[in-house]
Amino acid sequence: MYLSLSDRPATGAEPRQRDGRVSRTVVTLGIVSLLTDISSESVSAILPLYLTAVVGLSPVAYGLIDGLYQGVSSLVRIAAGWAADRTDRPQPVALAGYAMSAVARLGLIFAGGFGTISAAISLDRVGKGVRTAPRDAMIAASSDPAHLGRSFGVHRALDTIGATLGPLLAFVILWRIADGYDTVLVVSLGFAVLGVATMACFVPFRTGARAPLVEPGERQRASVETNTFRWRAALTPGLLRLTGVSAVLALLTIGDGFVYLALLETGGFAAQWFPVLYVGTNLAYLALAVPMGRLADRVGRVRVLVLGHLPLAAAYLCAATGSGMLWTTCAAVLLLGVFYAATDGTLAAVAGQLVPETVRASGIATAQTAVALARLVAATGFGLLWYAVGPRVALLAVCAVLVAAIPAGLAVMRRALVVEPVETPAGSRS
Amino acid sequence: MTRRTAVFGAIVVLVTAGVTAYALSAIAENDRRTSTATAATTTSLAQIEKGPRILFRHTGRDADYGHVGAVALAAPDGARALTDRSCDRVHAQEESISCLATERGVVSRYRATDLATSTPGKPWREVDGTDLPGLPSRTRISPDGKLVASTVFVNGDSYMVSGFSTRTLIRRIGGASYGDLERFTLVVDGRRVAPVDRNIWGITFADDGRTFYATVATGGRTFLARGDLTERSLTTIADHVECPSLSPDGTRIAFKEAGEDGTLWTPAVLDLATGRRTVLAGETHSVDDQIEWLDDDTLLYGLAREDESVSDVWALDTSTAATPRVLIPEASSPAVVR
Repeated sequence: MYLSLSDRPATGAEPRQRDGRVSRTVVTLGIVSLLTDISSESVSAILPLYLTAVVGLSPVAYGLIDGLYQGVSSLVRIAAGWAADRTDRPQPVALAGYAMSAVARLGLIFAGGFGTISAAISLDRVGKGVRTAPRDAMIAASSDPAHLGRSFGVHRALDTIGATLGPLLAFVILWRIADGYDTVLVVSLGFAVLGVATMACFVPFRTGARAPLVEPGERQRASVETNTFRWRAALTPGLLRLTGVSAVLALLTIGDGFVYLALLETGGFAAQWFPVLYVGTNLAYLALAVPMGRLADRVGRVRVLVLGHLPLAAAYLCAATGSGMLWTTCAAVLLLGVFYAATDGTLAAVAGQLVPETVRASGIATAQTAVALARLVAATGFGLLWYAVGPRVALLAVCAVLVAAIPAGLAVMRRALVVEPVETPAGSRS
Repeated sequence: MTRRTAVFGAIVVLVTAGVTAYALSAIAENDRRTSTATAATTTSLAQIEKGPRILFRHTGRDADYGHVGAVALAAPDGARALTDRSCDRVHAQEESISCLATERGVVSRYRATDLATSTPGKPWREVDGTDLPGLPSRTRISPDGKLVASTVFVNGDSYMVSGFSTRTLIRRIGGASYGDLERFTLVVDGRRVAPVDRNIWGITFADDGRTFYATVATGGRTFLARGDLTERSLTTIADHVECPSLSPDGTRIAFKEAGEDGTLWTPAVLDLATGRRTVLAGETHSVDDQIEWLDDDTLLYGLAREDESVSDVWALDTSTAATPRVLIPEASSPAVVR
């Protein structure tokens, strides 16, 4: 049924980039993410210090706040994807998400107690949940399908530059102004506003829209006609397989935190370097996002997505076996970056391909939410295993299961691709 | 498109101007503050170290912000001695001082330093120390000055998943570490358990060189546990107790009791022999600190002022109807050296 819908010419929307260059929209969305990540990561870097040293919350209260981070984002993601598809306007939905996070920054400046701070942080996370899927749908819509992996790579690289600059900026401010937390918050708000402004001014309202803008009455009818099966339309056999495979792999993705802690446990580095590890992972991600995207375009996105879990397994192996050696620590940190570069953008790219254009944001949101929730389960489950059998055995066990799951995942996805040919607009099927 | 560009340009100019103006005024305020001498009356460290005293972290918004200060126990609101030593948390006994500090960087680093005080007025000597894997939270020195406990707060710092846990260590100054307390044998309600979600924080030492008390959290509950360094064990003895602090006579535990929603802590006292609890509701602010005993009937704790980074050390009598009073203005992390 959806095939008839997707065969509609994509008139009215921003034209897809066909000449092999990265679309302007993708770069603009990347810059929006860069600005927004400078904003959010500069705050994240100081938040533990700010909350405990200035606001005076204890580690436990901070833990509660930190917990809020996790659940909230996944829940709203599907709803936002659905809203973007239903209105056929991903841009305003994503814009609303960016705006929410900007308002949250403003809230954080004036927040004084536990309640207001958790409200501000929750709003920020809701904003993040709202914007992710519609934004990824816009990236998919504005890219030449042949270079989809590279487009997501470019976006994620820009995004990670922001995530790396943010903490740096916070440091510079706190170095110059000893208790300059307020200044960090104000500067962060500034970057958030610039991100929203860039989005509002340079990403056209109709980016990613499928249907041409029509008279209000007519539009109404069109919506009613197509809305009844929207949600089910997103759950194509291909997407269900992708979601299943990704969720299983995500159940074996225990999170960098545990890998770092295991390295700390085995004495691979001095405790003082603990906070610096994620910078290494970020830099590897940043450097490899585009090459991995290109590789995915060349050898197959599904292949890169599934095989991208091999570096993760290797990172587990390094953390489990490298007792006290510096190179194993470095290797584990970098391998995690390779894993993110190979899988994060690729997941959205593949998900966007496996569903009709009409439900792209919902499809992307479904896969991303499944992965996010499975990773939460993985972190909790791995915690159990860690205490039951110790970090080394736990890591080796997860590593073994992961290595076994990778070929199985490939097999399942290969069948999915046979059953469900990659969805591309007429004329560009390759 | 050109209109959009103009609007965008205007927003960029406004935001840049606003943020720059704010940052510049913050820099000016910072420079003014860090070049201002403290408003408090000061004296020499030698003078203070002659007798019983209270060490603390000075929180006045001046050149000595964050430095360790000391006042005479007999005149806590009198002249204070200020040192050059920056600590987030400080605790002390007659001859030993524990200082947990943050070394700011692109990524901050954290260090515990053990200091020795030999002759009054002589600079403190660094005798031992260790790097810490997270944000300083609590520290305590045992009454004999030989053991030091530190609790830090390790945040996952991960790209996709964030987590939280505390890490509590006990070390012998100049000797071996007892390691992470999460590896001690844990007995909850009489049964030996190994829960995954255990977190341990807020140590207080008894005076026998092996017994200590700590908070053990698991399954959403917080317990008071008695620890034994020789047996490497922790045994819960009471429920709903956080950040214990043993009274100088060793008979009572002062702690913070969490309210319904877990965000408001009220100081309370537990009699170890009878199990009787006294909640000191005369303090209506949330007290999020490890309490220190001024004497066998008076508690000390730091409280931040509203909307300021300045905090004060408050004193509260342990009788039910007592109301708190400021004991040392512009101070936090009090440590009484008798």
